[in-house]
Amino acid sequence: MAKYLMLKHYQGAPASVNNIPMDQWEPDEVTAHIHYMRDFADRLKTTGEYVSEQALSPEGQWVRYDGEGRPPVTDGPFAETKDLIAGWMIIDVDSYDRAVELAGELSAAPGAGGKPIHEWLEVRPFYGVTATASE
Amino acid sequence: MNDTLVRELVPQVIGVLVRRGADFATAEDAVQEALVEAVRAWPEDPPRDPKAWLVTVGWRKFLDAVRSDASRRQREELVEAEPAPGPVHDVDDTLQLYFLCAHPSLSPAAAVALTLRAVGGLTTRQIAEAYLVPEATMAQRISRAKRSLNGVRFDEPGDVGTVVRVLYLVFNEGYSGDVDLSAEAIRVTRQLAQLTDHPEVTGLLALMLLVHARRPARLDASGALVPLAEQDRTRWDTVLITEGVGILQLALARDQLGEFQAQAAIAALHADARRAADTDWVQIVEWYDELVALTASPVARLNRAVAVGEADGARAGLADLAELDPALPRYDAVAAYLHERAGNTATAAERYAAAARVAPNIPERDHLTRQAARLNARLRS
Repeated sequence: MAKYLMLKHYQGAPASVNNIPMDQWEPDEVTAHIHYMRDFADRLKTTGEYVSEQALSPEGQWVRYDGEGRPPVTDGPFAETKDLIAGWMIIDVDSYDRAVELAGELSAAPGAGGKPIHEWLEVRPFYGVTATASE
Repeated sequence: MNDTLVRELVPQVIGVLVRRGADFATAEDAVQEALVEAVRAWPEDPPRDPKAWLVTVGWRKFLDAVRSDASRRQREELVEAEPAPGPVHDVDDTLQLYFLCAHPSLSPAAAVALTLRAVGGLTTRQIAEAYLVPEATMAQRISRAKRSLNGVRFDEPGDVGTVVRVLYLVFNEGYSGDVDLSAEAIRVTRQLAQLTDHPEVTGLLALMLLVHARRPARLDASGALVPLAEQDRTRWDTVLITEGVGILQLALARDQLGEFQAQAAIAALHADARRAADTDWVQIVEWYDELVALTASPVARLNRAVAVGEADGARAGLADLAELDPALPRYDAVAAYLHERAGNTATAAERYAAAARVAPNIPERDHLTRQAARLNARLRS
């Protein structure tokens, strides 16, 4: 088994095919989308492939050290949606192919008009454990 | 094994150990270990007297701990000094535990964790699950909290005000995982109400019962939030409402108003209305006036603006809102609601979308997004 991160963000990815903001959807379409996401996670729990998921609030700031005895410097907030990390799901699956298959399903979540969003997701493998037998 | 019974015994058993001469921090650890052992052993072999069992095992764990880091002589002195367990100081000792666990020197997170363990009788694992942190993190938070209480005398006079604020924090966490923190907070507040006769303790208990009564109606079948005005009120728990109203009336009769009694009075007025349209908003505004006078809380003023919007019309509510800081949590959501009632659909839709972006949790975010979508759909048609 190997762990993968399915990251939903808007940094450098091409726009999704069905790219209409959620508050412009029909209310039923919002509900359908929320159900799809929840059912997807529930299904991975039953297949034994789910690890965790988190969603991030869009508010945030850049912070860095500014030298001894000084408070950290903050910058922002940058509300630019193109820089936004919205959230992620971590899965533990048999193969890279399976991770890609699942990311494809997640990207098919319904959006405006009930049609799939075709949203881009980044799939990233975690570093694995050091196998005991590989010394 | 009856979990609730065991949890109620935990503070009493800690009290016995402390009375026998154990220090609070070590006694609390020892009882936690005894509790974990009880969870393992009791289903197969339930004891005749659970409290005596916990005292015996807890005391043994305490002696083990002392043996490992103190002189044998000290241990013998403690064994010599062991008095018979008795009911004499039980009530006082348990109340002292509440004060200690909510000590003003502790951060809210530390006080909450320690209260749930030493007073609520939850295991570290359960508390960690409820707050979605690793068990080792929660264990560390609790032991740091206890270390910072080292210099505090067990019988130091305490303040009920700090205790009720900690319990209210626990209540508001709701439930995640297998621990229902709202139910735990109610249980522990009930225990506290038996130990002390403070109107804010009963006020808090009434508030919790009245809010908890609405829980079956708060989410629809798909898990989406249902706002108060749209809840199916036949699903409210009338037993809890009756109990909450009764407790509140006793507290108010004592004429020492506090913020929790005022909040409970508002909850009771909602509970009174069989339909949302029957709500006595004029009286609710009066109670918010009391609450604002008591706390000067900006959140109370925000909620008051909603009530004014219902009692005197949306424009009056918006006028009140204009005096508040737009950075307040849920300010946009309140503005959106009032603008919709005032007929400003486009503004309301924008404010709902803005509110969704700063929502404090996912169910609220989804609810606010749906509201924005609903108004935008109306604007298109």
